[in-house]
This record gives sequence, C-alpha cells and structure tokens, in this order.
Amino acid sequence: MSDTPAELRYAASHEWAQLGEDGIVTVGISDFAQDALGDVVYVELPEPEAAFVAGEEIAVVESVKAASDIYAPVAGTVVAVNADLEDAPETVNADPYGRGWFFKIEPLDPGQLDDLLSAEAYDAQCESEGEA
Amino acid sequence: MPFIPHTPEDTEAMLAAIGAPSLDALFDEIDPALKDPDLSAIPKGVDEMTMLADMAERARRDETGPCFLGAGCYDHHIPAAVWDIAGRGEFLTAYTPYQAEASQGTLQLIYEYQSMMTALTGTEVSNASVYDGGSGLGEAVLMAVRARRRAPARRVAVAGACHPHYLAAASTITRNQGIAIDAPCVGADGTADLDALAAAGPAAAVIVQQPNFYGALEPVDEIARWAAQAGALLIAVVNPMALGVLKPPGDWGDDGADIVCGDGQPLGIPMASGGPSFGFLCTRERFVRQLPGRIVGRTVDRAGRTGYTLTLQAREQHIRRAKATSNICTNQGLLVTAATIYLALMGGEGLRRTASACHARTRELVAALAAVDGVRQRFAAPFFHECVLDIGQPADAVAAALARRGIVGGLPLGRFDPELANCLLVCATEKRTAADIDAFAAAMSEALR
Amino acid sequence: MSERTIFDLGRPGRRAAAQHPARGDLGDLPRGHLRGAPPALPEVSELQAVRHYTNLSAKNFAIDNRFYPLGSCTMKYNPRGAHRAAGLPGFLNRHPLAPDALSQGFLSCLYELQETLKTVTGMAGVSLAPMAGAQGEFAGVAMIRAYHDARGDAERREIIVPSAAHGTNPATATMCGYRAREVAVGAEGDVDIAELKQALGPQTAGIMLTNPSTCGVFERRILEIADRVHEAGGLLYYDGANLNAILGKARPGDMGFDVAHLNLHKTFATPHGGGGPGAGPVAVGERLLAHLPMPFVLRDAAGGGYRWADERDCPASIGRLSAFMGNAGILLRALAYARMLGREGMRRVGEYATLNANYLMVRLAAAGFELAYPERRASHEFLVTFRGEAKALGITAMDVAKRLLDYGCHAPTTYFPLLVPECFLIEPTETETKEELDAFVDAMVRIKAEAERDPKLVQSAPHTLPVTRLDEVRAARELKLTNRA
Repeated sequence: MSDTPAELRYAASHEWAQLGEDGIVTVGISDFAQDALGDVVYVELPEPEAAFVAGEEIAVVESVKAASDIYAPVAGTVVAVNADLEDAPETVNADPYGRGWFFKIEPLDPGQLDDLLSAEAYDAQCESEGEA
Repeated sequence: MPFIPHTPEDTEAMLAAIGAPSLDALFDEIDPALKDPDLSAIPKGVDEMTMLADMAERARRDETGPCFLGAGCYDHHIPAAVWDIAGRGEFLTAYTPYQAEASQGTLQLIYEYQSMMTALTGTEVSNASVYDGGSGLGEAVLMAVRARRRAPARRVAVAGACHPHYLAAASTITRNQGIAIDAPCVGADGTADLDALAAAGPAAAVIVQQPNFYGALEPVDEIARWAAQAGALLIAVVNPMALGVLKPPGDWGDDGADIVCGDGQPLGIPMASGGPSFGFLCTRERFVRQLPGRIVGRTVDRAGRTGYTLTLQAREQHIRRAKATSNICTNQGLLVTAATIYLALMGGEGLRRTASACHARTRELVAALAAVDGVRQRFAAPFFHECVLDIGQPADAVAAALARRGIVGGLPLGRFDPELANCLLVCATEKRTAADIDAFAAAMSEALR
Repeated sequence: MSERTIFDLGRPGRRAAAQHPARGDLGDLPRGHLRGAPPALPEVSELQAVRHYTNLSAKNFAIDNRFYPLGSCTMKYNPRGAHRAAGLPGFLNRHPLAPDALSQGFLSCLYELQETLKTVTGMAGVSLAPMAGAQGEFAGVAMIRAYHDARGDAERREIIVPSAAHGTNPATATMCGYRAREVAVGAEGDVDIAELKQALGPQTAGIMLTNPSTCGVFERRILEIADRVHEAGGLLYYDGANLNAILGKARPGDMGFDVAHLNLHKTFATPHGGGGPGAGPVAVGERLLAHLPMPFVLRDAAGGGYRWADERDCPASIGRLSAFMGNAGILLRALAYARMLGREGMRRVGEYATLNANYLMVRLAAAGFELAYPERRASHEFLVTFRGEAKALGITAMDVAKRLLDYGCHAPTTYFPLLVPECFLIEPTETETKEELDAFVDAMVRIKAEAERDPKLVQSAPHTLPVTRLDEVRAARELKLTNRA
C-alpha cells in the first residue's frame, strides 16, 4: 500500500503539489508513481525562470524500463529545481515527498490547486489503476 | 525444398499434432479472396550453383579499372583479417543484443567501438551507430533541435560546401517536423562564407563538413567560434579517415563541436555501391539523452564481474513510443564490427599513415592532371584527399569518355551546381599507384583532345 | 582474461605493421588544421586483434550456433550462397556514383528485385532505398503525408496505430509530424472495429497495421478495415515485420494497403549482423507512386539498359533517405535468396513458417503452458503468457528467458506486445527441424519443473554464461560508455 500524505494535492498524472506559506508550490511524484517506475536513474528538470501552463510537460523521470513525462500541476514560473537529483536520482525512490522533490513553481493562481485531487481521491484512482 | 528441412513424414506428423488436414488449412482464417495470389511473374527457383553463375556474370560486367571517385565513398585497402573475423557466423547471424548474457561479444565490441570513435572525434559519448552518414546528419539535426527546443528558430544553417546528398537526406528526415535546412553558404574559394552565414539570421544549429564536399579544408576554428557566439549548436560532418591527421571536432574553436557525425565507410568497409556502411554519431555527455539509437554501457553482474549492456533504453522507441528520440531500432552492427577490428589493426599510427598517404597520392594526382592542357585546380583552399578540377569542357561527357576507357574518373559536378558544369571532383586513396595516376592523366589528355 | 578490452592489450609503440603504408608528406597543409597527438586507439599486433575479436565472437548466441526463436525478428537461416553472391568483386568494388554505363550488372539485379517485390506484395511500384524496417516505415508514412499535402488536405494530422503495435509505429508517426492515436486490440487479437470507427474522421491521415499482427494472429477483418479507412479519406500502411507468415500466400496489395515495407533481413533471410544492417524497401499502390523515395532503377522502354531515377524523374518524391542508394549489399543477398526460392519456394516459406509455429504452439499448450490466444491459429509466431507462473511461483517471463539460455537456446521475445502480461512471443521460422522444436518443448517442460521445485535456480539464471544478470540500474545511473569514463 502506497503512502499518500493527506496534506498534499495530487494530479491524475501522479504528481503531488504542496502550497507553502510563501505562496510557492513544491512538486514531486507520488510514492505510488515511484514504486511503479522502479529504480529511478535520471530526472530531467526544467530551466529556472521558465513559465508553464497547467498540464504542460515540464520534466521527465526515467527508470530502466520506462520514461514518464511530468506535467505542471499548476500554471506558473519555475523558481527552483532540486539539483541534488542530478547526482542522486535514487532519492526519488527513497523519499518521494521529502528530499525527492523536483521543482518549485510560483503559481499564477494558487486557486488552481483546488482543481487537483485530494489524497483520498488519488488513492481511489491508484487502486483502480492497480487492478487494471 | 531449399532451406526447409521437413521430410514428408515430419510434415504429416506435425499436421496431425495440430489437427489440421493440410498445410493450406493453416490459413483458414484468411479470407479466401485473398489467398494464393498469382506469382507467375517470379521465375522458378534455381540451385546455388546456377544462381552464383548468373550473379557472377552480372558482377563481372561492373568490374572497372582504377577508381578516382570519392564524394563520400572511398576505395581504401581493407586488411584481410577485418572481414575474416567480422564475417564469422557468431557476429554475422546474431541479432540485437537484448539478452545481454548471451551477447557479451557484440556488446563489448560496441563498447570498444564507442571508445574508439570518441577518441577519434575528440568527444565524450558515442552511440552504437546509425544507418549511414546522410541519414545520420538528419538524426544530428533532430538532436540539435531537441537540445535547443527553446531556440527562436527551427532553422539550420550550412557553413560551406556540404555533400548535397547528405543535405537531401537530412532534409527528407527532418522536413515534416517543421525544420528547415538552409542552402549552403559557400564563398569563392570553395569554403564557408561567414558573412553570408551571419546575414542569414538566427539558427538552432550550424552544419559544417570537414573536409568539405569539394575536398577542401574549412576554417573550422572560426566557424566553431562563430556558432558559439551566435548561440547555435555546431554539427560537424567528418571523414573518420581524415581524422587520422586532421584536428578532431572536439578541439575546434574554443569549445569544440557539439555533435559529430559522418560515414564510417572508410574504416574497413568495401564501397559496395554505397552500402551497407554505417553512420557514427558522437556528442557531449550533457546531450547523451538526446542521442538516438543504441548505446552500450559497462556495468557489473550479480557476481561483481564486469559486463556490458544496452543502456539508456528509455529514450528508445520500444519504450517511449511516440515520444522516442527517433524511430531507429537497430544500429549497423556488422559494419561496426568491421570498423572496430579495422581501427584496432590501424591504431593511431596506422590511421595517420594511411591518411597522410591519401593526401600525398591526391597531391600527385592533382599535379599530374593539372599538367594536362586545359586542366586547372578550381579552388585555392587546401585539400585533404579530394580536389575539384576545372577541365574546360562539360565534365559529364569527359567522365563518360573516361568510363569507356574503364576509368572511374571522378564526379562531374554540373548536376549539383550549373556553375561547376566543367568541373570534376577527383580523389586518390592510398591504394592508387603512380601507374594508376599516369594512366588517368593519359586518358584525361586523350579525352580532352 | 575475458574482461580485458582491446585497449588493455596494447603497449605503446606496438602495431600491426603489415597494414600500415609509408607516411605521406603533410607539409603543404596549414598547421592549424592538423591534429596534435594521434588518436588514442589500441596499439596491438595483428594476432592480438584477431584473437581478441575471435574470442569475443564466441560469447555470442547466433543462428549459426543455435535455435533463436525471437518473435517478430524472423531469425532464420541466412544462406551462405547469398552472402557469396553479394561479395563478388564486381559488386564489392563498385563505387555508388559510378556511371550507369559501368553499372549495368548491379542495376539489373536491383531492377529484378524491385519487380520481384512488386509481385510478392501485389503493389504497383517499389523503391529499395530505405536502409531498415524503421526507415521503410518512415518512408511509408512520409509518402502518406506527401499524398495528403499534394492534395491540399492539410487537416489530416492523425495516424492510427493498434495498441499492440511495434514502438516504431508511433515513433514514426511523430517523426512525420503526425499525432499517433491508439486503438484497442480485442480479446481475440483483432483490432477493435467499433473503436476504430470512432477514431476515424477528417483528421485521419492513415493507419499503420501489421498483418499478421504483433499478437501472432491474422487480422481477419482486414478488408472491412481497409474500406473504412479509405471511406474516411485515410491511407493504409502495412508494416512488413510479419510478412514471413504469409509470403506467397496472401499479399498486402490485395488486402487494400496503399504502402508496405518489407524487412529483407527477416523475410528474405539476410543476416542480422548483431543488430543490422537490414533493408526496408517500400512497395506502393498507384496513389503513392509519384512519392516513392529516391533513387530507384528504371529500365529503358526499349528493354535495353538500366539507369537510376533521380530528382528529374520524380519531382514529387519524398526525397533521399541516405547518401547513396541504401544497403545495396543486403539487396543483392535478398535477390540471390529470391532466385534460389523462386515462386514455389516463396509460397513454401509462408506455409512451413506457419506449420512450425502452430506445431510448437499446440505442443507447448499440451505441456501446460498458457496461450494468450488459445482460440486462434498461430501465424508464424504466437504468444505464451507466464502470468500464472508469476502469481503462483514468482517466476517471471524474464526468469524463464534467462534459464532458456542455460539450455543453449536463445530466448524468445519477452514482454512484447505490452498488452499481454509476462509474455513470450515465439517465432520458430521455417528453417528449423521438428527435432529442434521438440527439444525446445523439452527444455520448457524442464524449466517449468525447476520453477516448481527450486524457483531460485530459475530466478538466478543464467548460470552457464560468461556473466550472470547485469546491473542495469547501475549502468544507467553511472554511465560508463567508453574506456575513459
């Protein structure tokens, strides 16, 4: 059973997003997603200061058997990327909600987070995917 | 039955096991309207002896005297050991090394190939090869545009004379993705016109061929610096034999070329009508994920022993499907095998000697032909082992006259550029003897009379 | 010893001197163009190189040394006579740009191969230019695009591919500037027609199909599919990956396809060379004739000489795909093979490839292996799934594949197509004996018994090869791609 912290919001495409007190949104991939991918070998991160719309391809995460696009969960501008992942992509497997974060976005409209799934709704989605 | 081992008893026993009354019954899911088409236009089969006699008769018709034609395909000596070993069934009849444990021979060989090609080109990483030099340039352009996806233009400039067939192939391969490859910027001396290049505006990448299509040496350091300052990636198309003596693309300008490609045919591959040969594709480590095709990496097995495996496969079509870097599946494994053995036999010193011998023979050839009345060197730029000669009359007719004397006397250039209708592109490799060159000069003298 | 690379064997100053000509003078070249130090290549003797690469070759599984039932790859015997024919000096020493007058032998061979492929595909024209199956696919879809573009039909932006298709199909669509749209494959392995109907529309440029499909079964409603796609204004592309199954028995042209590529390295028995070279000629119907890639061979109307068609002959061509004319040596091998088979031999290829696959399928089913499509005839290949073994014993398709290597057999294709879990795609080809197939069944039965008795033995296979399973995660994370890395 995957770990799905209740305080985060989730995209159907398996990203999590967290709105900080500074108004910045941190993004990573869920425990379910890292487990499905297997050993992560590479993460391609966006360029700082690049602007994205919600749902746009923004990064790529790669394991030996798969490569998956990461989509921007909200529109905004990239203000930071997790450069540690370059040398230690395994952090995504070890700590997906902590040190394994991907990038931070300054959102155009923080209200867009409300369009994302709750932990409960996301768990339900994963369960149906697991059965398929 | 040729190549089918079944005895009548085998066939009967197998059909019985399946529960099918006849071979034809195995096709009962196919609409009868589609079955058993008329193949009468195809001749009846013959045995190997008859087939070989027929093919030998046709091959004999194409035997010629000495070849002075280059233009991307070169008549070099091939050490006997190269194809004796590359032609072993274990190399010849294996397939892509998906089962790494059962393919360590091919995998280690590709790893050695990658090591050799990066040493030769002065780059950091190489793939396991692509189809040929022309299509390889297409892959290099796609790669450059991907790496520069936020560049203002999907335009690619060409600095100097690049092989027109390479540009044609690259254009076919990239056109449908909205990428435009410009006409080459060539100056009066047969090399790049940097002013024209600068005037053409921003480009995602710049292509330069060294030595260029006319055999001349491009000012690659200047071009590399120009590209770096213009924010364009530099794609180098190089002849690997020439790299035995010429500055490797990794050393061009201040920071080297970004992508290096070309055709591996000079490295132990027979001309064979232009194929199969292989294209090489090398780049900086930071672009490795944009590199299409197979790549082999060194790793360890469960017992800690060194071993080799295909790696970075997540870029490839069988995993990434519509988002793959390319649709390419295979490399040109057998030709890479030959080239790797060739490079092992040549070493750095052998390659240098062969390349320098090609250059010396070509200087002798140009001197001998320029001594013929009406023949002069068309461009002043220094050349490696090819040179454009203006022969003062339509070159097509002269080449045909030379062909009647059994001499493959160079490439008439009028079909590529009407201004060069009186020009022949000639080449001499280390294989051309003084007698070959004398015979060519004598035939040229007669043909021009 | 075995782990040493050719670089490790060298010593400074050692060389294969018999291969090295005397140095030529470079004095006229500007210094700035010259390389400082020679490239860091191996410094070995000729014997060292010969021994090293001979020893490496011995670590390969190949058709010449064992059964190689790799699904979708058609690993059949590569006749040595064809190899010999392509290596005749007149062919080997011919320059690709040699004048037509000095090339009539070669051109006649290519012309004959074009004609042969036209007949076996039931098409109107052939270009031999594509250098591999994937390049043939590219040429095919690029021609479809050229056709729509020439008619000003610019809204067609989608290529439909079945979910079971080779990855090259969607990748090709992307390379041609199209979106790939997947349609499902039904429970019996045919394309889901209802879903196809929904997918078709004014945005449809065409569909890419393999027939028999990648599920190892014949697409039974192909004529209906062709009608539907044509009604919608799209064209049909035939992926020739599986042509061996129906060679001489049925033709893509008759099924309604507008363009087909052939894998000569599969169907026409040219050697795979450790991953290439192949050749992927394209055959087209009337609609696409004008767009064929260059060059191809024309014969003078008078029945006289042969010559290349170039830009002047075909202004609407999609263009060139390589510097010269593709993998000529492979084309010659294919012609030599076709000459030895003749028309009757071609029909036998389809028949006996299908016989061998169906025989192996029923024997494996009888031995307790689960078939993915038990109700169907096999084509030249079929799918077995190990989902039961995976669940009950923790033995995956990969484990069985690795254990087969210990039994001296190359593994079938694993985990393809993606929609069948834990699968093997098994293609025995027509050139294998009944005894070889029986031995394969025996090995599979033994592995099944081992999996039940001692699963670890299978999970840790192979045990008899130069290496055991390799650490692919480390290979991808640490990237050691050269001897200097």
